Amino acid sequence: MSAASLGRGLRLDASGAVLAALGLLLVALVGLPMFWLGLNALDDRAGGLTLGNFAAVLGDASFREPLWTTLILASTVSLASCAVAAPLGWLVARTDMPLARPIRSLITASFVTPPFLGAVAWEILAAPNSGLLNALWRAATGAPEDMHLFNVYSLHGLCFVISCFTFPFTFVLVANALDRIPAELEDASSILGGGVFATLRRVTIPLVLPALLAGAVVAFLQAMTLFGSPAILALPAGFHTLTTKIWSLFQFPPKPHLAAAAAVPLLLVTILLLRLQRWIIGRRSYAVIGGKHGQPRLMRLGPWRWLALAVALAVLSLPVFLPYAALLKAALTRIPSAPVTFEALTLKHFNFVFVEFSQTRSALKNTVILGVAAATIGTGIAMVLGYLAARQAVRGHRWIDFLATAPVAIPGIVLGVGLFLAYTRPPFMLYGTLWILLFAYLTIELPIAFQQIRSALHGIHPELEEAGRILGASRLRMLKDVTAPLLTSGLVAAWCFIFIGVTRELSAAIMLFTANTKVISVVIYDLNESGDLGPIAVLGLLLLAISFVVVALASRFRTQGPGRVVG
Amino acid sequence: MSRARNFLMALAAALLAPIAASAVEPSKITPELIAAARKEGKVVVYTSIELQMAEKVAKHFEAAYPGIKVQVERSGSERLFQRLGQEYGSNIRVADVITTSDAAHFVIWKRQGWLAPYLPEDVVLHFPKEQYDPDGTYASWRLSLSVMGYNTKLIKAEDAPKGYRDLLDPKWAGRMVKANPNYSGTALTGVFQISRELGWEFFEKLAGQRVMQVQSSTEPPKKLSLGERAIQVDGNEYVLLQVKREGNPVEIIYAREGTPVIISPSAVLKAAPNPNAARLYQSHMFSRAGQQMLIDSAGMRSYHRQTKVAPDLPALDAIKVLKDDAAAVADEAEKIKERHSRYFRT
Repeated sequence: MSAASLGRGLRLDASGAVLAALGLLLVALVGLPMFWLGLNALDDRAGGLTLGNFAAVLGDASFREPLWTTLILASTVSLASCAVAAPLGWLVARTDMPLARPIRSLITASFVTPPFLGAVAWEILAAPNSGLLNALWRAATGAPEDMHLFNVYSLHGLCFVISCFTFPFTFVLVANALDRIPAELEDASSILGGGVFATLRRVTIPLVLPALLAGAVVAFLQAMTLFGSPAILALPAGFHTLTTKIWSLFQFPPKPHLAAAAAVPLLLVTILLLRLQRWIIGRRSYAVIGGKHGQPRLMRLGPWRWLALAVALAVLSLPVFLPYAALLKAALTRIPSAPVTFEALTLKHFNFVFVEFSQTRSALKNTVILGVAAATIGTGIAMVLGYLAARQAVRGHRWIDFLATAPVAIPGIVLGVGLFLAYTRPPFMLYGTLWILLFAYLTIELPIAFQQIRSALHGIHPELEEAGRILGASRLRMLKDVTAPLLTSGLVAAWCFIFIGVTRELSAAIMLFTANTKVISVVIYDLNESGDLGPIAVLGLLLLAISFVVVALASRFRTQGPGRVVG
Repeated sequence: MSRARNFLMALAAALLAPIAASAVEPSKITPELIAAARKEGKVVVYTSIELQMAEKVAKHFEAAYPGIKVQVERSGSERLFQRLGQEYGSNIRVADVITTSDAAHFVIWKRQGWLAPYLPEDVVLHFPKEQYDPDGTYASWRLSLSVMGYNTKLIKAEDAPKGYRDLLDPKWAGRMVKANPNYSGTALTGVFQISRELGWEFFEKLAGQRVMQVQSSTEPPKKLSLGERAIQVDGNEYVLLQVKREGNPVEIIYAREGTPVIISPSAVLKAAPNPNAARLYQSHMFSRAGQQMLIDSAGMRSYHRQTKVAPDLPALDAIKVLKDDAAAVADEAEKIKERHSRYFRT
C-alpha cells in the first residue's frame, strides 16, 4: 500500500511459491477426481484392472438408448439455440428495433434462472393435461379434455425447455460479436455494390461465425450435461438421458464403477467438441479488433421494426415472462392448475417455506456461504492465473491456459462422481462437509471466471504494470495494487458469474450433499420428487431475489472507485 | 397419578407378555430424559412421510417439548436407505431417528447393528406384539395403504376402474400416474404385493399403457388434484385423503384384488448424535397423543389400541388388504427394482 512497504517487505518474490501452490490446487481440483474416476471405470472390483465396465455399459441397451437420446437432445438444443439467438442478436445489436436495450438486458439476465427451476415452471405451463397453456388452448378452441397442444413430458418438450434456457448463452456471444464488427467493413461492402443481404452473407455472417460456433458448442455442452431438466421432464415420460442414468447408478445398490464408465463417453464427447471448435476457428483469422473504427451502423427496419419487436418479446416470454408468471401463480395459489380467483389466493406456501419447513434456513445459509466463498476464492485464483496467461509471465503459461479451462470439459455430474470417489476415502474425507461442494463449485466455475478475466486483461496495457515492477514491486503485489484496481469491473463480473453459477448448479451438488450440507438447488430438486410445486415456486422466487440483491451489491463496487474489491 | 397408573400397566404388561418384554425394558418418558434431550437441543429425523405432514409431526413434538428443534430430512424410503448407507460408509453420523415405508430396511439395519434397542412404553402396552421387534430395535410407527384413486372431474364414478386388472383397458392408456419403487418404499412394497397376487405379467402389460412415472408415492395424489392424470395406480391413502379433505375432486379406490398394506417402522439409531432427544422423540411419536395426531391431521392409520380410526376412512377389516411380508421384500428388493426399471424404463 505505501511506498515503504513496496520497497522493503517483498523483496523476495513469493510469486514462484504461489504459482506452485496454484498449480497443485488445479491438479487437486481437476486431477484427483479424474484420477479416481478413471480408476473406478477400470476397476474390476477384485483388485485388478479391466475394460469390462465399458463393455457392460456399451453392451447394455439401457445405456445405449440414453446415449443416443442425449446426442439427439444436445444437437437439437444447439441448432435451436443458434436459430433463435442469431436473428435475435442481430435485431438487438444491429437494427433500430424499439426497446433493443431492455430486451438485451432481460435475455442476458435470464441467465440467473436455474435450468431445473425453468423445467418446473414449464411443467406448470405445458404439462399435457394440467398445463396452463394447454388449458388456455382448450378453453379458446373448445378442444376436448384429453387433447393437448404441448406435452412437456417428451423428448420434444425436453428439447424445447432446455433450449429456452440455453439460447441466452448463444445470444450473448452473438450479440457481443455483432457489436464488435467495424462499420467500415460493412460500408465497404455496400460501396462496392453489395445489397443488404449480400453484405449480411459475405461480411456480417462470416465475422460472427466464430461466436455463433462457440455459442453452438456451449449450447450443445449445456444440453448434454444438464441433470435437473431431464430428471424432471424425461423420467415421468419413461426415458433417461446419460446424466440421469449415471445418477441412477448411485441409487441402491450403488454401482460407482459403472457410473464412472458411463461418465467417460460424456467426457470424451466434450473434449472432442472443444477440439473441433478450436480447429474450425483456428483455421481462419478473424482479427476485427484493432485500431479505431466506427460505431456499428444500425439498420433501419422501417415499419418492420414493430414486427421485430413482437417477435423479440415473444421469444423473451419463453425464458422469462411465462415461467416467472407460472411460478408466481404456483406460489400464490393452492393448486397451480386451478383458475385464479380471489378465493384461490393463499400465502400458505410462503408460510410453509419460511415458517414450517425446517430446511429453508440451513439450505439458504449453505448456498450463500458457498456462493460467496466460491466467488471470492474463484475470482482470486482466476485473476492470478488470468494474469499469468495473458501476460505470458511464466514459462508454461500455456499449461495454465489448459488447466484453467480444462474443467469446461467435465460435466457437473461427472465431476460430482469423481469428487465423491476422491473425497470419501482417506486421506481426504471431505464428503459430508461444505468443502467438497466448494471444490466442486470452484472447479466448475473456474473456466468462465478465468476467460472473463483474461479477456479483460487484454484491454489493459502492460505499461502500468511494468512501472510497478520497475519500482520494485513483486508480481503479486503489482497484481494487487495496480492491475486489480484497473480490472475492477471484470473482477466483479467474474465474481457475479461464479455466485450465480453456484445457485444454478445441481448436477454436481446432487451427488455430494448430505443432510447438513444441502443447498437450495438440492432442496428444490427434493421437493420436485415429492411433487410440491407451491414450495418450489416460493424457493425459486427467493433464489431469484437473492441473485438480484447479490449482483446489485457486487455491482456497487464497480462504481465505488478502484481498489475496493481486493482491498 | 398417571405415573402410578403407567407403572401398574407396565407391570401388568410385563406379567402378561413376559416373552415380548423380556428382551428390552419398555422405556418411559422421565424428567431426566427430557432434561438430557433439552441439553442436546435438537433431533435429526430421516423420514419418508409426506413433507407437510413431516413438518406437522415435527411441530407437534416441538410444541410438547419446547427447546428441542426437529430437523426433518424427508425423502423417499429407498433414497433414505441409500443415503444412510452412503453416509455410514463415509463415517458420517447425522441421523438420530429414521422412519421409512419399507419395513424390510429395518430388518437389514438391525442385521447390520445400526439400530439402538429402545422400546417406548406405549409400544409394549398398546401395540400388537407382531408390530415391534422382540429385541426392541424398531416398531411400526404408522400404517397406511397404497391405494388406487381417480379424479372425479375427469372420470365418472360408474366408469372408474374397480381393480388393478381394469387398468389394462386401452381406454386408460396415457391417463395414469404411478410412483417409482427405486425411490418410494410404498411403491416398492406395493409392487411386491401386487406382483405376488397378479404375477409380473400385470406390470409388463401396465407398462404398455404409457403410465406417467413420478418418484414419490406422495406425488400421484398431487397429480390427480392438478388434473394432470385421471387415475393413480399407487400412492399413499393418507395423502389422497388429505387432498380430498382440502376439497379437491379425488376419490380413493380400494382395488377388487386387494390393497397393499404399507407399514412404516421407526427406529432410534445406535450412533445417533443426539441419543436422548432421539429417544424422547421416538417415545412421543408412539404415545397416544402422537399417534392420534397422525390420524387426525394426516389421515394415517395406527396400531395403537387406544386410537380411533379417522371418521372419513373405512376400518381396516372392512377392506380387502394384501398381506405384508417385510422379510421377503428384504430379499427381493433388488430384483423388484430391476424388473420394474426394465418394464417402465426408468
